[in-house]
Amino acid sequence: MADTVVGANPEHHAGGQDPNRRDFIHIAAAVGAVGAVGGLAWPFIDQMNPAGDTLALASIEFDLGKVELGQQVTIKWRGKPLFIRHRTGKEIAEAIKGDTADLRDKQTDEQRHKPGKAEWLVLIGTCTHLGCVPTFGGGEYGGWFCPCHGSVYDTSGRIRKGPAPKNLEVPDYAFLSDTKVKVG
Amino acid sequence: MSGHSNYEPKTGFERWLDTRLPVVRLAYDSMIDFPTPKNLNYWWTFGGILAVMLGVQIVTGIVLAMHYVPHVDHAFDSVERIMRDVNYGWLIRYMHANGASMFFLAVYIHMFRGLYYGSYKAPREVLWLLGCVIYLLMMATAFMGYVLPWGQMSFHGAVVITNLFGALPVIGPKITTWLWGGFAVDDPTLNRFFSLHYLLPFMIAGVVGLHIWALHVPGNNNPTGVNVKSKEDTVPFHPYYTVKDGFAISVFLIMYAAFVFFNPNALGDAVNYVKANPLVTPAHIVPEWYFLPFYAILRAVPNKLMGVLAMGGAIAMLFLLPWLDTSKVRSMRYRPAAKLYFVIFVVTCLILGICGGNLPDAHVIPGLNTFQLGDADLNSMVWLSRIAALYYFAYFLVILPVLGLTETPLPQPESISSPVLSHPANAPAGAAASPEKRG
Repeated sequence: MADTVVGANPEHHAGGQDPNRRDFIHIAAAVGAVGAVGGLAWPFIDQMNPAGDTLALASIEFDLGKVELGQQVTIKWRGKPLFIRHRTGKEIAEAIKGDTADLRDKQTDEQRHKPGKAEWLVLIGTCTHLGCVPTFGGGEYGGWFCPCHGSVYDTSGRIRKGPAPKNLEVPDYAFLSDTKVKVG
Repeated sequence: MSGHSNYEPKTGFERWLDTRLPVVRLAYDSMIDFPTPKNLNYWWTFGGILAVMLGVQIVTGIVLAMHYVPHVDHAFDSVERIMRDVNYGWLIRYMHANGASMFFLAVYIHMFRGLYYGSYKAPREVLWLLGCVIYLLMMATAFMGYVLPWGQMSFHGAVVITNLFGALPVIGPKITTWLWGGFAVDDPTLNRFFSLHYLLPFMIAGVVGLHIWALHVPGNNNPTGVNVKSKEDTVPFHPYYTVKDGFAISVFLIMYAAFVFFNPNALGDAVNYVKANPLVTPAHIVPEWYFLPFYAILRAVPNKLMGVLAMGGAIAMLFLLPWLDTSKVRSMRYRPAAKLYFVIFVVTCLILGICGGNLPDAHVIPGLNTFQLGDADLNSMVWLSRIAALYYFAYFLVILPVLGLTETPLPQPESISSPVLSHPANAPAGAAASPEKRG
């Protein structure tokens, strides 16, 4: 192969053709091919994103009457656990006390519940580290403890200790009445 | 696959085929006549063992796919149906589940062999890199396969591993949603994992083909690490290594069968016989044993992104290894200092495995509470894994680069044959000149 290449290059230009026009054809063809393959690749990548019906199942309503004071009910929302916690006065007080602590993900307790509804905490129940479900009431702050890698959350769902970087996420939700919330 | 061929077609049909598709020539040159160093020990039989295990996994896997249902409502039950109702389903599933463990056991021995004897050094860098690619594909395949039974450990393992990608800044959450095909690990995730779990073994087989091709260009390394100098140093692959590999494969299969028939769940986690429940995470979540060292490295780092990067970096070290080791001497047989560090490295990997299998807060030495340093309990698995992870990285990034420049290696033999011929056992008069002719 190598010995034929030596003579091939000068011959390419010796035909009297303008090399720029030939180069243009090569480049245009290559760009066209790459563009076509790239364009076709996107549908094959995007098909893995959530499908229309998955996106459609995005909101639920929940009756708060089911949750006694001091309890938590876990429901499934978008395939994930959702914590609905009915906090006691002591737990709220502890959460407010935590506002002034050295927090990794700074948020006051006020920002984590709806105005005037401090007793109700609605959180996505997946640890912000790697997505395990933290256990209710565990850990030294009385909030949650993640069994996987030891993240500790306080009674406001804020990260206090362990590897998780963020507070437990508060989803979009609204009170439809005093005893009913709509999540999503 | 390369070099000179001694194949001579014997029949008319072979001559006819040889000029059209020289496939018999390929087989003859690579599996029968292939010149192989005559001093390969049993650590060199794991390549053949791995080829057998890949075959076992593909065959049993194809059969299991005939009975398995990749749907969140049916996956767990379909696996139980395979165990109870499908004819010999229990056997085939236990072969497949334990086969994965045996596959990893063999690949780890194969990798440590390469590390010890310097099989990654020039001119075998590409061979080593292809091996690393196979290892990555194996990990992806094993992880996705473990998700399919849809038990508690399957599900929450999938949650944790896919969330690792969420640690990446900005694009992380988008990637996890894309991987899941939803807002959590769910039916779309299970379906795509099944599809990919079926695909990847064939990709592994393809890369294994390249791996063997890259092996047959420079030929095998050998325990002395010295290049093959003459025909004296080699024997034909058949019958010498077909028989040696065959014996090793038989012994390995006996051990494999012992697991399949006598303790098929020894290497699995009992929690995975509980159907997946997205609302409750098992109290102690662990991956399969072959991922434990990397899991320990992940947990050793208190920061999420850094932990993920450390775990990825632990595997990246293997890819960089050919350029990190500065020593010109291949085999650690002639590198006493390196040999010592290598043994510590193997022990470190085992320690990381133990750390990964225990809770981070668990005591290394039970009942000892005196190793407190401020907030930290130094007598805990997480601190042990930090020390071990540090050594793991130091081995690649400090010890191997520096040692190659500072150590004084022992003299290497002239050739593969010379240490055999000058061995004291050959010195007394009357000793057989050619040991292979002895009865």
